[in-house]
Amino acid sequence: MGDIVKNPGRLRPAPENFLSEEQVKAVAAGRRDFLRKSFMAAGVAMAAPLAARASEGDTNILNLPEWSTTLGKPVATNPYGMPSKFESQLLRRESPGLARVGGASVSFAPLQGLFGIITPSGLHFERHHQGWQDVDPSKHRLMVNGSDDSLLKKPKVYTMDELMRLPSVSRIHFIECGANTGLEWGNVAVPTVQYTHGMISCSEFTGVPLKLLLEDCGVDYKKARYVLAEGADGSSMTRTIPMEMVESGEVFVAYGQNGEMLRPENGYPLRLVVPGVQGVSWVKWLRRIEVGDKPYATKDEAVHYIDLLPNGLHRQYSSIQECKSVITTPSGGQTLLDKGFYNVSGLAWSGRGRIKQVDVSFDGGINWQTARIEGPVQNKALTRFNINWVWDGSPAILQSRAIDETGYVQPTYGQLRKVRGTKSIYHNNAIQSWKVVESGEVSNVQVL
Amino acid sequence: MSRFSKSLLVLALCGVSAGAFAVDKYSGVGRQATPAEVKAWDIDVRPDFKGLPKGSGNVERGNELFEEKCASCHGSFGESNEVFTPLAGGTTKDDIKTGRVKGLSSGELPQRTTFTKVATISTVFDYIQRAMPWTAPKSLKPDEVYAILAYLLNLQEIVPADFTLSDKNIGEVQKLLPNRNGMTTDHGMWPGASAAKGGIGNGGKPDVKNVACMKNCKTEVQIGSTLPEYARTAHGELADQNREFGAVRGTRTLGPEAAKKAADASTLDLATKSGCMACHGIKSKIVGPGYNEVVARYKDQTDAEDRLFAKIKAGGQGAWGSIPMPPNAHVKDEDIKTLVKWIMSGSK
Repeated sequence: MGDIVKNPGRLRPAPENFLSEEQVKAVAAGRRDFLRKSFMAAGVAMAAPLAARASEGDTNILNLPEWSTTLGKPVATNPYGMPSKFESQLLRRESPGLARVGGASVSFAPLQGLFGIITPSGLHFERHHQGWQDVDPSKHRLMVNGSDDSLLKKPKVYTMDELMRLPSVSRIHFIECGANTGLEWGNVAVPTVQYTHGMISCSEFTGVPLKLLLEDCGVDYKKARYVLAEGADGSSMTRTIPMEMVESGEVFVAYGQNGEMLRPENGYPLRLVVPGVQGVSWVKWLRRIEVGDKPYATKDEAVHYIDLLPNGLHRQYSSIQECKSVITTPSGGQTLLDKGFYNVSGLAWSGRGRIKQVDVSFDGGINWQTARIEGPVQNKALTRFNINWVWDGSPAILQSRAIDETGYVQPTYGQLRKVRGTKSIYHNNAIQSWKVVESGEVSNVQVL
Repeated sequence: MSRFSKSLLVLALCGVSAGAFAVDKYSGVGRQATPAEVKAWDIDVRPDFKGLPKGSGNVERGNELFEEKCASCHGSFGESNEVFTPLAGGTTKDDIKTGRVKGLSSGELPQRTTFTKVATISTVFDYIQRAMPWTAPKSLKPDEVYAILAYLLNLQEIVPADFTLSDKNIGEVQKLLPNRNGMTTDHGMWPGASAAKGGIGNGGKPDVKNVACMKNCKTEVQIGSTLPEYARTAHGELADQNREFGAVRGTRTLGPEAAKKAADASTLDLATKSGCMACHGIKSKIVGPGYNEVVARYKDQTDAEDRLFAKIKAGGQGAWGSIPMPPNAHVKDEDIKTLVKWIMSGSK
């Protein structure tokens, strides 16, 4: 298993006569400084046991660490707290070659190291169409108007001050890019869950139901059956949203994310939240809502975000993210440390509602066991599942299969490709497989 | 006034006050948008051309504008695949007749271009008007948008070289779009009303049906695809993308060269974060010259590093064409020095 077995948490015997009689006496007298000096002089690696003999126990216990024997830092040393310096590996990252311009690219969330269902705001995946902006909230405006006057009585403008006075809701929802897992339609292309599934994140969003604003402007629901959302950035991204979703109360204009304001990369100070629908409809830096009597065929629903079928037709206005799941630990590009017990853990979600059940297979889909679901299970939110596994050291193929409250069962690659071929880019919700080999290395494979 | 009409009047008054209450329920919040404000922001153009501004532009003017404002990213003929996927190409005269791009189903199409996909000409007008050019969105006047669109339509052999596109004839052009019949909304992924109820789609019916079998679900496991070796290492050192403690470790995917590559990647990161890579490729021109071209021009000049330092810091225009390089006051001096050394050593 190579380097990874050199695990700092484990006991390792010290060499015979590692300490001289004199040194042992010094240790007994509490003179660790002397020891430390002499060890450094001898060029012994810092990771090696320092003082006590391994036979007595874990030196990390027997030799009190610096953090137990010194004064810590005062409050507000970091006025905005940051992750530990030991957490520098988990970052959002680009997939090389996916896009050629950073302003129209994607960075993926590091799902392989995240817990629970909330994505830390700083690790939320990014997708920008013409770069991101840090919009001045005092100058930001939301306009609500109609494609013609008969659809909405009174076109209105709201400032952030005004939006934040209105009755608010806070709800946990996932946002998934329609192209998540899109690199894998034809074959395995990327090594880790960060790149296969990292265009998904889940946050608690806070804001005002769009329904409330439309009614404040005197919308005519009979005529206005579509909503156009538009961004304030250079791309002024637009997408069509069905009025049925707005009327249900689920769609809201959000300013809050995980207890603070939205991050600039996520649309500060205002974005649309369209639960269950692909991320491109969650327009960031939201500046305008137009109600209309027809869909709009905007660039991102007429040139991009259209799903090519084998017969040459493109599916247009595909929006719902169907039921999907993935095991995040262990996952591709990771290596198991040893045989024995593991808590296999992953995420499940559905754009059609709540997750009802998640099954896990360790033999490539021949047999399945139902996983534990972490509750409370929320509507159109990430749902964490866990299942016990004792790895006996032999090859295995791990899969997860989610079922949502509509009874829809996450499909296999074979089932999806039969209908959609391999070139549709968007809406790949196939069952993901991770192969484990004897060395403990986990890699991305596709089981048909 | 009869009793009957009195009660009608009362009802009518109630109706009015209830309506007014709905509109003014959140007193003091929001105000009516002025016509000028709505006009300033309501720029969308629908497939039925609602929202289309009046104006016109011809192919020749479009060609000039395209060369000046668009070609650095899209290529002179909209064919470039360097920065974005190509705009033009991939359709035939026959496609213009049928309204279906045959290459999409025959497998003959190496890559989809904008015009192999788009079914609505309004989409292209709307997008150019709201988002182009890349570095100066919303700067084109309606006549310029018409001209650029006319040029693109000519490249696609949809209109002749002497064509003038306008709000009057754009509807006729719509009838010639090569993929105008290429869209379907017969699917279950529209979250609103179904087509049967006046909306879009089939009302949410999924296109696949898996069953939740639990035991002995199949006799063998068929592996369709495994991770190619190049893909295993193309995403950098996976060991460094996982915690160094916990249930698992990241697999060490790179060899002894890893440290060097990681260091080089960090300069590339610096270049990316500093905004350089939006306009420069390492081996190709994007908006500005490729770094290989910079090296070729400056490699024999002894003061090259100082000159490049000054140029990056203050910006400039003319050395590589008319598109200016903006000043980069936001990049630290030491970082500019690192970047210059990196560029001149081949960006490796």
